[in-house]
Amino acid sequence: MSAIAEPVVKPTSRFHFIFDRRAVLETVLIAPAIIYVLLLVGLPLLLAIYYSLSAYTIYDPTWKFVGLANFKQILQNPTFLDTLRNTFVFTFGSQLLGLVLGKFGAFLLLQPFPGRKIVRALIILPFAVPVALATIAWQWMFDSLYSVINWTMIAAGILTREEAPNWLGNPYLAMLCIIIINAWRFFPFAIVIFLAGITAVPQDVIDAATVDGAGFWRRNYQIILPMILPIMAIGLIFGIVFTFTDLSIVFLLTMGGPGGATSVLGFAGFQTGIVSGDVAHGAAISLFMLPVLLVVVIFMLRFIRRREI
Amino acid sequence: MPRPAARALRETGFYFGVAFFVILAAFPFYWMVITAFKQNSDLYDVTNIPFWFNEPPTLEHIKYLFEETLFARWLLNSLIIGLCVTAITLVTAVPAGYSLARMTSRKGEALGITIFLTYLVPPTLLFLPLSRIIAELGLQNSMWALVLVYPTFTIPFCSWLLMGFFKALPIEIEEAAIVDGCSLFGAFIKMAIPLSIPAILTVVIFTFTLTLQEFVYALTFVSSSDQKPITLGVTTDLIRGDVFFWGEIMAGALIAAIPVAIAYNLFLDRFIAGITGGAVK
Repeated sequence: MSAIAEPVVKPTSRFHFIFDRRAVLETVLIAPAIIYVLLLVGLPLLLAIYYSLSAYTIYDPTWKFVGLANFKQILQNPTFLDTLRNTFVFTFGSQLLGLVLGKFGAFLLLQPFPGRKIVRALIILPFAVPVALATIAWQWMFDSLYSVINWTMIAAGILTREEAPNWLGNPYLAMLCIIIINAWRFFPFAIVIFLAGITAVPQDVIDAATVDGAGFWRRNYQIILPMILPIMAIGLIFGIVFTFTDLSIVFLLTMGGPGGATSVLGFAGFQTGIVSGDVAHGAAISLFMLPVLLVVVIFMLRFIRRREI
Repeated sequence: MPRPAARALRETGFYFGVAFFVILAAFPFYWMVITAFKQNSDLYDVTNIPFWFNEPPTLEHIKYLFEETLFARWLLNSLIIGLCVTAITLVTAVPAGYSLARMTSRKGEALGITIFLTYLVPPTLLFLPLSRIIAELGLQNSMWALVLVYPTFTIPFCSWLLMGFFKALPIEIEEAAIVDGCSLFGAFIKMAIPLSIPAILTVVIFTFTLTLQEFVYALTFVSSSDQKPITLGVTTDLIRGDVFFWGEIMAGALIAAIPVAIAYNLFLDRFIAGITGGAVK
């Protein structure tokens, strides 16, 4: 009977011996991913910082160090300050609108009703479809002459054809348009995040609160909301990062116009660094995103640590 | 008497709310469909009611796309890019996700979070240095530049997704295999991978849709028409000067959007579980 307890002895090569040490195997398995990310995210990030401190252009690829001169020039440029303000307006405007829509949408989708699956599938569409393609559909809806939105308002008698707004030609309306498109793109994401959070709240917690006399609002804002706050925070972080650094909506819809009214950081960095070839200034403009990203990262790390305790 | 009336009122309000959200979300896509199949004379007549066909629908826009533009080529480019990026992502992210899941130390967790955070580093911050690196490598204006660059966001995302999955896989299964004479590496290859086929399938779908959705890198690195992926081609190449070919643009956008929309709907729950990383349990 001793044969059962006998360990199976395999001929081990040196290769096997090394791979059988857990730490070594773990390092070998993760190495390709780390190397890829270091080379194509870490290195470019450092390069971007260096470019912003140099006089590098594609016509004169010099590594000459100029210190903070690029940043100083950019900050003295009033159009850049507008760009910075636009970026904040765009980000927080669209996130706020997206959250409000998401909250109401989730509230509706929480109740069972016939056809709920199909409704959910349709509501997810804006988040699923590539944003560039959706933007081009919206551009057609905001068309100066054939806008379906204007047509509807004219047909409903709200406006006459002379009063019909030129959505992308007016600075304020153009900003409103990019906010609407971005909020439209993110609200399904907010709905799904809310739903995932709410369905994860244990029913007995809600029941207990009801028994203890908590009404509808109290249950919503003092019991459920604090419990879904972590998942909401993560959703919001994604929304803010991807909106703050976005380029595609502005590039396709307004090209920063009219008169720079919708120029955002990503777009300005692209125009200066790629289109004009002034890599140094373009990199400096893009790096203004970094403080926001750092805040987000710190927030996320603290949040993850708190969750563990 | 007031009870049923109040209920009816509330239900009407509820369905109005649902209808509002459905119209808000889906109308642009309805608009794509109707534009893609409308005749030009119908499309550009402001006296027509725009919401339906005033003249018989037509396939001429789709025919034009395939016969007169590089649309088929863009589809092929996107397919090649998607397949190559998926292959690179699987080879690197599956072992990485497994390794992250099995690392017990705090260092392992920190490493996992760091990798995930790189997913948040935006293309608009990296495109300038990357465009110089790509020029150095001689890949400018080629879709292979995208094959090289896209894994920078698919690898972090998929490693994180797979880490969550491997963590849920009981380690006892692998330990049993090791007791039976399997090496550590063998346990990963022969036990962990076959058991994670559903997760790997999810990763394949998401890698593919992420490459289809990407726009910024494609715009920055590729300017020759015949090298463009579908999203870039449809949105930038069907505009001649100031003239927009709306029928063709909408038809192209529709064809490119349908597969992504379907894939997303099928795998949405896994996507949400992936990015929230078990913030709710």
